[in-house]
Amino acid sequence: MNENKDTRVVVGMSGGVDSSVAALLLKQQGYDVVGIFMKNWDDTDEFGVCTATEDFEDVVRVCNQLDIPYYAVNFEKQYWDKVFTYFLDEYKAGRTPNPDVMCNKEIKFKAFLEHAMSLGADYLATGHYAQVKAHHGRYDMLRGVDDNKDQTYFLNQLSEDVLSKVMFPLGHLPKSEVRKIAKEHGLATAEKKDSTGICFIGERNFKEFLSEYLPAQPGEMQTLEGEVKGRHDGLMYYTIGQRQGLGIGGSGEPWFVVGKNLKDNVLYVGQGYDNDKLYSDALIATDVNWIHSENLNDTFICSAKFRYRQQDSKVKVTILENNRVKVDFIESQRAITPGQAVVFYDGDVCLGGGTIDEVRKQDQMLDYVG
Amino acid sequence: MEQIYLDHAATTPIHSEVLDAMYTVEKDVFGNPSSVHSFGRKARRLLDEARLTLARSIHASEKEIVFTSGGTEADNLAIIGTALANRQKGNHIITTAQEHHAVLHTMERLEQEGFEVTYLPVNQDGRINVEDVNQALTDATILVSIMYVNNETGVIQPIEKVGELLQKHQAYFHTDAVQAFGLIELDVTKMGIDMLTVSAHKINGPKGIGFLYVNEKVKLNSLQFGGEQERKRRAGTENLAGIVGFQKAVELAMENKSIRKERYLSYKQAFLNILKKNGIDFEVNGAIEASIASTVNISFPGTKVEALLTNFDLEGIAASSGSACTAGSVEPSHVLTAMFGKAHECTTNSIRFSFGQANTPENIKEAAERVAKIVKRLVK
Repeated sequence: MNENKDTRVVVGMSGGVDSSVAALLLKQQGYDVVGIFMKNWDDTDEFGVCTATEDFEDVVRVCNQLDIPYYAVNFEKQYWDKVFTYFLDEYKAGRTPNPDVMCNKEIKFKAFLEHAMSLGADYLATGHYAQVKAHHGRYDMLRGVDDNKDQTYFLNQLSEDVLSKVMFPLGHLPKSEVRKIAKEHGLATAEKKDSTGICFIGERNFKEFLSEYLPAQPGEMQTLEGEVKGRHDGLMYYTIGQRQGLGIGGSGEPWFVVGKNLKDNVLYVGQGYDNDKLYSDALIATDVNWIHSENLNDTFICSAKFRYRQQDSKVKVTILENNRVKVDFIESQRAITPGQAVVFYDGDVCLGGGTIDEVRKQDQMLDYVG
Repeated sequence: MEQIYLDHAATTPIHSEVLDAMYTVEKDVFGNPSSVHSFGRKARRLLDEARLTLARSIHASEKEIVFTSGGTEADNLAIIGTALANRQKGNHIITTAQEHHAVLHTMERLEQEGFEVTYLPVNQDGRINVEDVNQALTDATILVSIMYVNNETGVIQPIEKVGELLQKHQAYFHTDAVQAFGLIELDVTKMGIDMLTVSAHKINGPKGIGFLYVNEKVKLNSLQFGGEQERKRRAGTENLAGIVGFQKAVELAMENKSIRKERYLSYKQAFLNILKKNGIDFEVNGAIEASIASTVNISFPGTKVEALLTNFDLEGIAASSGSACTAGSVEPSHVLTAMFGKAHECTTNSIRFSFGQANTPENIKEAAERVAKIVKRLVK
């Protein structure tokens, strides 16, 4: 008797090994599995070739191996309106956006979730490394067990309601195990390279890509004291804490980006990895989402990540108005970057997160960070 | 759950008599029709008989039938073949915005080669205006290519009128009759048609075989070089089993034309009636009174085509819409865009249902009920 056979699960399939194995595991558990490929970006070249075609062909191969139906859905317009526009706006504002967070919030777990539900699905599953834990009708999001792959950082904007309709079949597995399962079952994507970088840029040169959409305005590189150290290619090409690509020669320690002055089009640089100007002790975050918003104290201690794959740090969170929070660091932090996400945890439970808006030190906003 | 096929305009199930005829050929007749021995003659005889059947089905002569690999190749041959052979007479071609991609993409290719192509508009009924053809004609026009029945809407085009108009003009007249053949009486002489495309797999024949009718007086360049088959218009050893299967499919299509026409019309009516009875909000795209019996294109306001098609398939209903891109997602239909404009809602909420030999009154009823149920759920 298969108790899952009447439960329809739509799997978001990218053509990668993770979502392939997610579909495989659900099929093995007896669910009514439907594979759907999302087309969010059109990079069709002059010969009519687009990278989505190859990925879709991999979805087709895997779904045929698993004997599940497959379909595609086009969210190019929604992606452009909700994710890409945000992405460009943030760069224009001198910040470093996180399109993956936005894509999960607006596309995968909103437009795509709605599409899945319209197909009579009980759940939407993806190949993310995260876990949903249900207890007494409540839902928590936990980190994936593979520390190195945990993707809750990118999922911090999901609501509890969304989590109640979501499955992450890989959350309890290390990546190596996922590859192993794919190989054991001879899945067509078993040896496929993991995708790197931002999905719509793919393997292309980031700078070149961005310059197609935003005019680059070269300007001066200066120390915060005003000493000119060279030229920059456009503020949008740099992020706080970056070392590569500055081209500042001379003796002594390497140079790093410490901030941006959008008004005067100046890139601030400082010498030394541990340059004091890179350190801060608090931040203000906006658009904060709490997976359980009730019973939150006005102030509490938890841990936080300021970047993907970073170690957690202990912080004190103070709730402010308008979905904003102040986050005080117990130990000062290096290269906190506006536009990136700050994500909060209680042990393995992801509490939610927001967008870093302001970086502070000794109760002052660090204007130079941008 | 019974899978119900409502996509006969895409392709059709092969008829068992067609299959039998093909099997016999594959088993017993392996000779090359060009060979000068008994094996070859045996094959040649079947080839000639088939050619005669096909020619008669459109009131043409045997010499005017060129076998191709299907509708796409026939369209390519007609368009590129005449464009290249008649370039000294002019470089202007007229077609319509709602042609099949086998025509449209071929035209685009010719534009790259320096030909000028006029794409005639289509009205909201899904028909072209004959006067537009007249207006577009110039001294440099060498070819007019207009499909007989649109593959997405099923709307029949005023082919006879265009043929009449072109009697007095140098331009050749080509029509892609892939969707028309078998349900509409075709007489190339009466209709003033110089070239006409037919495909076997749309009429319960095999895939991989079609023909282009080419009037004797048409100057046509070959696009494929090699042997002297098809009077040097299409080199390559003939697909004899396919051709014999095609012949059988044409015979069957000719035999029961009016019965099938009425049957499919009753399916279409029953289908629409059940949607109405269920209180479904829908519009038929294109003039239903001017459309072929087997096809209906329906817009369901408040829905999205991808959700419709996926839901239909999950409930065992096979239908289609526009064309899929190589990454699987459904592109807005160029035909409906031509009829209603780019931003119109129906370009993203319309489905083509096409009826045929896989259908019975019972499964049409069942299909309509399932469709109604899904649309109701999606619109809510």
